[in-house]
Amino acid sequence: MVTLNQLIAVCLVYVAGLFVVAFLAERAALRGKGSWLLRSPLVYTLSLSIYCTAWTFYGAVGYAARSGLEYITIYLGPSLVMIGWWWVLRRLVRIGRTQRVTSLADLVSARFGKSNLLAVMITIMAVVGVTPYIALQLQSVTLSVSIFASAETGLGEVAQTNDTAAFWVAAGLAVFTVLFGTRNLNVNERHHGVVIAVAVEAVVKLIALLAVGAFVVWGIAGGVAETVARIDASPIGTWQTSGSRWTALIVVSAAAFVCLPRMFQVMVVENDDERHLQIASWAFPLYLMAISLFVVPIAVIGLELMPAGSNPDLYVLTVPLSQGQNGLAMLAFLGGFSSATSMVIVATLALSTMMSNHIVMPLWLQLSNTGAQQSGDVRGVVIRARRLSILMIITLGYLYYRASGGSGALAAIGLISFGGVAQFLPALLGGIFWRGSTRTGAIAGLSIGFVIWMFTMLLPSFGPDGALPAVIFTDGLFGWSALRPEALFGIAGIDPTVHAVWWSLSLNALVFFVVSIFSFPTPLERLQGAQFVNVFNTSRGPAGGWVASEGGAEDLMVMSQRILGATEAQSFFAQHAERQGRSSSTPLPTSEFVQALERELAASVGAATASAMIGQIIGGQAISVQDLMAVADESAQILEYSSQLEVKSRELTETAQELGHANKKLTQLSHQKDDFLSQISHELRTPMTSIRAFSEILRDIEGLSEAEQKRYASIIHSETIRLTRLLDDLLDLSVLENGRVSLNAQRVNLHDVIERAVITAQASGGGSLKVERSPQGEDIALLTDGDRLAQVFINIVTNAMKYCDAEAAVLTIAVRQQEDEVIIGFSDNGSGIPPDAQNLIFEKFARLNKSEASGAGLGLAICREIIARLGGDISYVEQTHGGRFDVRLPRTATFAKPRQAHSA
Amino acid sequence: MSKHVVLVEDETNIAEAIRFLLGREGWRVETLANGGNAAEVIRAAMPDLVMLDVMLPGKTGFEILAELRSDAALSDLPILMLTARGQNRDREMAEQAGVSRFMTKPFSNDEILTAVRELTDGRLDKAQSDA
Repeated sequence: MVTLNQLIAVCLVYVAGLFVVAFLAERAALRGKGSWLLRSPLVYTLSLSIYCTAWTFYGAVGYAARSGLEYITIYLGPSLVMIGWWWVLRRLVRIGRTQRVTSLADLVSARFGKSNLLAVMITIMAVVGVTPYIALQLQSVTLSVSIFASAETGLGEVAQTNDTAAFWVAAGLAVFTVLFGTRNLNVNERHHGVVIAVAVEAVVKLIALLAVGAFVVWGIAGGVAETVARIDASPIGTWQTSGSRWTALIVVSAAAFVCLPRMFQVMVVENDDERHLQIASWAFPLYLMAISLFVVPIAVIGLELMPAGSNPDLYVLTVPLSQGQNGLAMLAFLGGFSSATSMVIVATLALSTMMSNHIVMPLWLQLSNTGAQQSGDVRGVVIRARRLSILMIITLGYLYYRASGGSGALAAIGLISFGGVAQFLPALLGGIFWRGSTRTGAIAGLSIGFVIWMFTMLLPSFGPDGALPAVIFTDGLFGWSALRPEALFGIAGIDPTVHAVWWSLSLNALVFFVVSIFSFPTPLERLQGAQFVNVFNTSRGPAGGWVASEGGAEDLMVMSQRILGATEAQSFFAQHAERQGRSSSTPLPTSEFVQALERELAASVGAATASAMIGQIIGGQAISVQDLMAVADESAQILEYSSQLEVKSRELTETAQELGHANKKLTQLSHQKDDFLSQISHELRTPMTSIRAFSEILRDIEGLSEAEQKRYASIIHSETIRLTRLLDDLLDLSVLENGRVSLNAQRVNLHDVIERAVITAQASGGGSLKVERSPQGEDIALLTDGDRLAQVFINIVTNAMKYCDAEAAVLTIAVRQQEDEVIIGFSDNGSGIPPDAQNLIFEKFARLNKSEASGAGLGLAICREIIARLGGDISYVEQTHGGRFDVRLPRTATFAKPRQAHSA
Repeated sequence: MSKHVVLVEDETNIAEAIRFLLGREGWRVETLANGGNAAEVIRAAMPDLVMLDVMLPGKTGFEILAELRSDAALSDLPILMLTARGQNRDREMAEQAGVSRFMTKPFSNDEILTAVRELTDGRLDKAQSDA
């Protein structure tokens, strides 16, 4: 009897052996040795036997014992694909190699415009779909262990032992997979170690099954003829075959053969040479035949020998044990163990690649937000993501095993997985054969197929009231009888498997087709579609059309080092630099180089992620909407920035213009100042000349008459007064212009102000002037500075007295009211001011007739300043006879700022 | 024959002072208060000396100066310009226009008498010897 400890020891030794094989293979591959074996069609064919899992090893016999020859369908599907459809596979392999595809999800997403959504969908579906399959492996290993364990312990403890065993098996497989699969990052370096280990296991499981079969046929039954006779006698021979079930099973297994992530992994991703496929197309069906050769004999003998109620899935193990063939049983156990472990390792590896490339990495890229350049080593992140994914996937398998009770027939569990992954087929085939297929179509078809599969296959597998309430089975979802999981649309009475496969696949394909026709592919989808469909007659290289002019090769280098590793990246870059004929080790980022780099990176992180990463650096892909939006955002910022610049430069231009104006004004002011000083100088020097001349005459000349002395002294005196008045006016004007004058707002009566002005002006003498007024019109109350206003009026009246050239000079003062304004008009009967001088009279030093003027020409300038400060204005109005000064005043003065903005 | 000077000056007090000073020296002083017809008057009078203010009604002193100097017959006429605008620019302009002497107001009586003598002595001597 084999003890459990012996069993575990044997297992550990076996696993250690596999490790050594894998390690040696990888080392050889690294040194470029042993390719005759590692890259041989034999190993490729054997690695395809990953299809044959514990389901095949144990389950086929159980299947045969339960359902007769139907188990054959599971082998027929793949065989038909290999023999009849190898050109489909060849197309997949070619696409996989040219596009550096890392997984099924990668291929489909790349085909449909590098859609990460599609990749995520497929990844999730694949994980969900394969989970029962992994549970199946756990179950089979656990069952096989329990056979040995139950021989040691009481049957009562078996159940509990099973759970513990399943846990440890799962844990062991997880560790095993992590150690095997994630030592090296680049998937396209191929997992030589894993592949060779799988090949070894393929041999072990074939030998084990053949050995058990030979023992049964020749050791128990006693020869081929006797065996055939026993088969005829057994119930298996009488099983009726159901045509629809056979068709459905063949279709679903054929589909699964192509779509299972692990099959895709070994068949497409790990493929070294397309020609291997040609050999495998006949060699693999042969392997399948060999491995299924003794299924029926073992089942028949098992049914005969084993007590009723014993699990037919374990006949491969229990039949030799019952015959005391411990060594053979141990070999059979190893065969089953091999089948299970190889499947779990490759399946989880394939799934973890998908998960890390399509879910974890994009999330990380988005969350880190800094892109691939700045933050840490991407390799570390990728490897951690893969390890985490492996643990998650195996944990899911374990949980499914616990949830489903670990009691289902292995074949039934396997079929659920097959049905799930078969949903990828329409999108996959459509993608590589039909250019009209679109992303939207693929998403719609996959969603429909997957939902139906969940509803009709996966959820019911937990049994009534397991995942779905029993009432749904009888009454349908939401109480609609059309939505019963095993009788969709009211079509009942079909085998549940056929039912599920039919509805899910046909609706999937139909929706994919119809939606594809009615939706429009994006430009990138068109490009990729052409690349994929015409893979045999187009030049190589992924679409994407990097406009690589701006991508710094240095940035690409930094990013590549993090993904490929420093040595790898450097040699890749150097190789391309050399190819470009450059002396340095950095190639120009030509479109060709960037595409090659993208393929290289895609091998590690998937097409969509690689595209996004390169896009982040090069930023020139004009096709992905997201990139476009990012670019658009950026251009918007640039536009914004440049418009800001424009505004700035416009402001600068304006400022420059303003400065120019100011400068001009300053120059003007400077000239004005010069002129003003010159004027003042003149006005000062003129009286001083007289003063000096006459004072010298008085001083130096003897014998002046008294009259002369008196006259000259009075000239000096009047010139002195003139000087004083000039200085007074100047100061007054300066104070007014600078706004330093304080105006006193008083309530005054206009009549009083005019009265005062007229009296003062007339008192100063200087000619006779008759002033005509209308006192009642002047009776207006004002709020203003009465003294300043009087000063203005005095000036005007004095001017009239000085300049009115009429014989009988008359000044008429008329007051008009206009809304809240008062207009005081001063008109005389003189000839008025000549038109060309009218606009000069308010300027400083403007004197029309110098000989007759005694003032310095500042009077009206001062008047204008005062009236402006009082909130009004003064103007000269030409009349038919003479002219008129109009003083316009607000009733209530709002004292204005000085006209010239001198700071006070 | 007494010395004849045409004084173009609109400031009556200044004109009176000059008239008094030159009169004591034996000058016959003809005063014009407006620049408008000064050039014609001078051309007709052919004085021994012209005293010219700058800021004048009618025409400025510079305009009168230019007019006088454009007449070949008056090219030797001594012209004394008196201005209250004490700017170098004016002096330069006047000298370029051919002024004989340029003086800034106010001036001392000695200065003006000296200037008048200097401008006319040689010429008068020459005229006397010619006569």
